[in-house]
Amino acid sequence: MFKNIYSLIIKEFLAVWQDKRIRLILIVPPLIQLFIFAFAATLDVKNISVACLNRDEGKLSYELIQRFAGSPFFNDMQYLNDFHQIQEVIDNQKAIMVIHIDEEFSRKLLSGRSPEIQLILDGRKSNTAQIVQGYAFKIIEQYYSDLSKKMNLPFPSTKLIARNWFNSNLIYTWFTVPGLVAILTMFTSLLVTSLTIARERELGTFEQLLVSPLRSIDILIGKAIPGIIIGMGEGTIILIAAVTAFQIPFTGSILALYFSMFIFVCSIVGVGLFLSSLCKTQQQALLAVFVFMSNSVILSGFATPIENMPIWLQKITLINPLRFFLIIVRGIFLKKIPFSVIFQNLYPIIIIAIFNLSVSTWFFRKRLE
Amino acid sequence: MLQKFNRIKSLITKEFYQIIRDPSSILIAFIFPMILLFIYGVGVSLDMDNLKIGLVLEDTNPDAQSFSLSLKNSKFFSVEVARNKQKLQKKLIAGNIRGLVILPFYFSEFKSRPDKQGPIYVISDGSEPNTANFVQNYLQGAWLNWMTQENISNGEKTIKINVQPRFWFNEELDSRHFLIPGSIAIIMTLIGTLLTALVIAREWERGTMEALMATPVTMREIYIAKMISYFCLGIGSMLICTFFAVFFYGVPFRGSIFALTIISSTFLLTALGTGLLISSAARNQFLASQISIITAFLPAFMLSGFVFEISSMPLFIQILSYLIPARYMVSSLQTLFLVGDVWRLLIFNISIMLIVVLILFSIIFSKSIKRLD
Repeated sequence: MFKNIYSLIIKEFLAVWQDKRIRLILIVPPLIQLFIFAFAATLDVKNISVACLNRDEGKLSYELIQRFAGSPFFNDMQYLNDFHQIQEVIDNQKAIMVIHIDEEFSRKLLSGRSPEIQLILDGRKSNTAQIVQGYAFKIIEQYYSDLSKKMNLPFPSTKLIARNWFNSNLIYTWFTVPGLVAILTMFTSLLVTSLTIARERELGTFEQLLVSPLRSIDILIGKAIPGIIIGMGEGTIILIAAVTAFQIPFTGSILALYFSMFIFVCSIVGVGLFLSSLCKTQQQALLAVFVFMSNSVILSGFATPIENMPIWLQKITLINPLRFFLIIVRGIFLKKIPFSVIFQNLYPIIIIAIFNLSVSTWFFRKRLE
Repeated sequence: MLQKFNRIKSLITKEFYQIIRDPSSILIAFIFPMILLFIYGVGVSLDMDNLKIGLVLEDTNPDAQSFSLSLKNSKFFSVEVARNKQKLQKKLIAGNIRGLVILPFYFSEFKSRPDKQGPIYVISDGSEPNTANFVQNYLQGAWLNWMTQENISNGEKTIKINVQPRFWFNEELDSRHFLIPGSIAIIMTLIGTLLTALVIAREWERGTMEALMATPVTMREIYIAKMISYFCLGIGSMLICTFFAVFFYGVPFRGSIFALTIISSTFLLTALGTGLLISSAARNQFLASQISIITAFLPAFMLSGFVFEISSMPLFIQILSYLIPARYMVSSLQTLFLVGDVWRLLIFNISIMLIVVLILFSIIFSKSIKRLD
């Protein structure tokens, strides 16, 4: 019996390897995705274009503007001369923020009154605009704190000290690349399982399998194992790339990561088998994979946090294995999460995997009969 | 000439029947956009309304209590208070809270001394950089507010620089207002490119292209017929999306329908052109769908500025993004929905997309020879 399954698995590998198209798809796109999208999927905010309208003639405002211009977050400061230009630069996306300093600024500061600064931000990109606002607050805060020391003005009685743990410089690839390990592993195993079955159906070779001495459970196992192996192989490649090419710290246990990855891939292969038992052609299988992938990526916290979603949708994300696996991968990479936390996130995946595999087995056998 | 029109007309009729009778085209053109728009609309949000943070009060003097109270009263945070940091630290590692605020035991003492400042440590979970930025920003805002109130209640006369931020076009800072117009561009890419590439590849795969070739129609006529049919489908889907965006999600629409029509038509042409080009190179559905996902859908998603900020990407990717039509579409749609008809920006975007259309179609038509291999 094992020999039969073994030969089926060998056959699957040969089929995948000898099909030039599938081979291409398994190798090239994931690498392109890894390299382009590791850099592109960023909510980082830097190299921002800003403009200023400085109607004050004193030295103090000039110093403040110089601080903005010298900040590494901003590039090319544009100097405006009147109000109408504010609208023009913002509307045409020439600048995301305009700093407006009125003519009273230096006079008020020198006479011991509180001056005002207006920041006009482009709400078309509200996320970026809010982060830019944060940068501006910090620059102004620092400016005032230095100024008050120099001029003996009273300085605030408290101060805020900001620290970022696990990723002190908030490097965005440290966030995306571990996530990509999970996503590309998922994508590959899903694609391999659902496409190989759909292809056999389309070509009619599935009937040949049925008349062979293999039992339906053997066929199922034989189809599932290549998906698991190829998926984890892809995961390994990206893992190596993450640690070597992207220099992302790996703080946790590699063994725990592989164990979780195995269970995660099992749950995904279950989905793949299920989808392929619904689909008749490769096109349908691809579409199904695509719809499934895009929804589970969005509902996983890969790009945007789950807690921003409405409560009912947050509950739905609890059936998404990717959600839990992402926490594990990111935690093992950056945060050295203890085993208790890994297990908290692993047992939902185990339940989902058991459920998916048994439902798909049932479905698969039903379709065979 | 008349014959030619008749041929195109009957090809279009054929396409329409094919679209109506094939559930998967309807699925991609109408059901899928609705699902996507729904998921993007409710699932993708960058608005942190309720940041979970931990507050470690090592100091319990009135000053520290007053800061703690102002955090608890803020609608931006849900605060969990503890006397020491061990427990909260574990929660931060497990990802149950997003940040940690620590008032050390010497806070009040330092605060009251004229030569020192009372320190407030804000520790954020840097493993999610965007959230970490928001934790820092919101806490800075909360701190500034608290300081102002402290000064008022103590009657202290300190001066500070009052910064007044104004967010134009999106005062309530609803990230959906810019994500939904952006996602319409993605959906249109999907219909224009993926669907077109798939249907032509299908004709090759099933051998019906051979049957078409045996008739007097030319390759260009086949392409034109496909384009007209899927153009209509794309515009239809565009209308549905806009309708949903405005009436279901309450995204303002400040531009004109006229501008929207021009822009989406131009963009659809670029998407259709890409689809046709892919299908002339890839003659099976599998390859066609892979190529269209990699060359059209993913770039439209990642490199268009729909969620991810282009200016923060490395230079070579920024340059790459100029080649992606969706980039111009996303910027135009966000402007049309939130700002209005800013013609200078729109005309610039349209003309670039037109150049892309010209290039694409000259390649397609120069390659349109009837041959089977």
